[in-house]
Amino acid sequence: MNNSLLIVILASAIFYGTPLLFAALGGVFTERSGVLNLGVEGMMLIGGVSAAWASQHVGGSAWFTVFASILIAMFAGGLTALLHAFLCVTLKANQTVAGLSITIFAGALGLSSYFANVWEVASSPVPRPIRKLDVLGLGDTPVLGPLLFNHTILTYVSWVLVAVSSFYLFRTKTGLQLRAVGESPQTADAMGISVVKYRYFHTILGGMLAGIGGAFYSLAIVSTWVDGLTKGAGWIAIALVIFGFWRPDLTLVGAYLFGALQSLGTTLKARSFHISGDLLDALPFIMTIIVLVLVSSRFAHKRLGAPAALGVPYEREER
Amino acid sequence: MTNTIAVHMSGVVKRFPGVVANDGVEFELRRGEVHALLGENGAGKSTLSNILTGLYRPDEGTIELNGAPVSFSSPRDALNAGIGMVHQHFRLVETFSVAENVVLGNPDTAFLLDTAAINERVKELAARYDMAVDPEARVWQLSVGEQQRVEILKVLYRGAQVLILDEPTAVLTPIEADALFRTLRAMTTEGRTVIFISHKLDEVMAVSDRITVLRGGRTVGTVETSSTNKRDLASMMVGRNVEFTRVQRKTPAQTNDVVLHVENLGGHDDRGRDALHGITLTVGRGEIVGVAGVAGNGQRELAEVIAGMRHATTGSVSVEGKVLQSGKARAAIAGGVAHVPEDRLHTGLAAGHSVEDNLALKSYRSSLLSRFGLLRRQAMRDGAVTLVERYDVKTPNTQTAVRLLSGGNVQKVLLAREFSTGPKVLIAASPTRGLDVGAIESVRERLVEAADGGLGVLLISEDLDEIMSLADRIAVMYEGRVVAVIPADKADRETIGLLMGGAQLEATS
Repeated sequence: MNNSLLIVILASAIFYGTPLLFAALGGVFTERSGVLNLGVEGMMLIGGVSAAWASQHVGGSAWFTVFASILIAMFAGGLTALLHAFLCVTLKANQTVAGLSITIFAGALGLSSYFANVWEVASSPVPRPIRKLDVLGLGDTPVLGPLLFNHTILTYVSWVLVAVSSFYLFRTKTGLQLRAVGESPQTADAMGISVVKYRYFHTILGGMLAGIGGAFYSLAIVSTWVDGLTKGAGWIAIALVIFGFWRPDLTLVGAYLFGALQSLGTTLKARSFHISGDLLDALPFIMTIIVLVLVSSRFAHKRLGAPAALGVPYEREER
Repeated sequence: MTNTIAVHMSGVVKRFPGVVANDGVEFELRRGEVHALLGENGAGKSTLSNILTGLYRPDEGTIELNGAPVSFSSPRDALNAGIGMVHQHFRLVETFSVAENVVLGNPDTAFLLDTAAINERVKELAARYDMAVDPEARVWQLSVGEQQRVEILKVLYRGAQVLILDEPTAVLTPIEADALFRTLRAMTTEGRTVIFISHKLDEVMAVSDRITVLRGGRTVGTVETSSTNKRDLASMMVGRNVEFTRVQRKTPAQTNDVVLHVENLGGHDDRGRDALHGITLTVGRGEIVGVAGVAGNGQRELAEVIAGMRHATTGSVSVEGKVLQSGKARAAIAGGVAHVPEDRLHTGLAAGHSVEDNLALKSYRSSLLSRFGLLRRQAMRDGAVTLVERYDVKTPNTQTAVRLLSGGNVQKVLLAREFSTGPKVLIAASPTRGLDVGAIESVRERLVEAADGGLGVLLISEDLDEIMSLADRIAVMYEGRVVAVIPADKADRETIGLLMGGAQLEATS
């Protein structure tokens, strides 16, 4: 009983952690380029509503619909991030304010709710949700089955993405240049690397991944659209980027830890444990606050390996 | 080989708003030489090198590289043509390894990083030029001298044939500087060419083959190092003795009635390195002591330690015999020290605040201007109106933000505030820099007037003419030391120029 409870918690940690992982990986890219993105929550919600709409309107096979929904969520998230990049990189706006504006503008009660109303997305559940797969028929294997072989396609994609991201950041020339842009844009510029291009590209990439995270809520976790359905997952993702020291592999660990905290309420309730549901629901956010407070001192930031130019608009020094 | 021309710059003019930084500069570089570019701050050295490296475009003039005319629109263009710059302020990613910094942005680097191979190549390159540096070390772990080697490696790795080093020894210890000179020699024997920008006479004499001297944006001349000496260079650098009149003083200075006494003072710069080495200096009642020196030789740190904005590591500052608590600006103010800092709009004043708020900044604690922690606005305004009239500040009214005023009026506000506290000593750092002629005149008049009234003035300035015409005594600073104190009537420009360039004096002082 205890053993199986642990397995259930771990399996649902992976399930609930998947959208966090996507959004946080996006954050890693964006922040590595030196752009702080507090608009993740807004980008996730835009992605979520677009995916729900696409699921209701794109025909074809079930797989095709799911694929198209995810693509459209990426596109919508990317588009929102393009706005953020324009504000932060081209207009050199205060990145904190720009990100918050994006979340307010696009988030719950904002553009995502508006689209949901106009498109009447909330009227029915998503017809073609993303289902868990039974990989190689091993889904029922004790212990390993639920942990490794019984996940949605996006979870498997996210595992590949973690590996690819690590490789990209630390083993390729482009990754090196990306990190240089985030650490010292002056140096990068002097060496002929386009700070603007790198920042735009990786901010948009981050938005696309946040869009996938949002789609995971509307297509898999909730399987229908409700206003503000990510319930603050975007903020957790931002904390995760720091928690993972801006590294994809550690971000995965963090995502599943927070996934476990998020799923704890549901899991324990289903097993009729009597713990305050509100308290359990609050756990991830309490953790988020603790993590952010712990790491937000300047000293910690430097020691943890935050990109040195994070949040600082780059202006070429001219006389 | 040594007689072929690598770079020829002719008639180069570069204007910035309000300044002509280069005014018809002629510069010729022979392949395989170390060519020093010598001049005071503001002589146009940096502008010229920034033009050669593509950062600025010249307004007029031509650049020829190996006999063919070129035009660069970015540092990358120049680098591709084989001209690389080693900046005074390093362009390095501190969290990256040495090798990563060296290959960064290099178009020849493969997409997949082969770290081992890169480390190996950087190591070879470093060894070839006698530069000890570990390719795998992180840049933040390195000393400043090692970081400079990384900068040089970066440029060499890109295949630069012409290297420009901007004040390379400013950050180096003497031993590191010697190592750098060896490296430069190794590069020139391979046929590479080095432009060495400096204002230090000793090292220019030690390292260069030829020297081009700039002054006021113009080429004074190019000489063979073997056929010149420090004294000639100094006079080329600061200009021949020009006629200037010393200001007439109503009250003579009382050098022996010491108001400011700085004893064996030491202090750190912003990076925590020693910037002041045992400075001892006195200013008498009604005396103006000029501090001459090229910027960056500890003048700013000296001013800030005296003003209580920076801790003294050794020694003490005393005003009228009372020792001031180190590192406490309020103690300095209470002790009678007034300070006109170099950066008047940021350090001196709160730029966005009104004239009256700024004028009250040092006296708002007095019962005249505040009671029970509440400001008495009417009294502040009245006081401000009086000061604005007395110091002839041109401002629409006293509520106008200081940043909207012209440079001269900003300085007048600052002087008015400093004088209004009834100080015994004034530390004035470059008080006339960037002002127009009329404003310069009036600031100088105020200083002389205050000295006539018994104030001791420490006038820090890079403008030798200003110091020579105002000061009673001149202290020359070089590398954090006062190398000489000379009575103004016995001083000549040439001697001071030599001292500013670090030359030892044989029998003077």
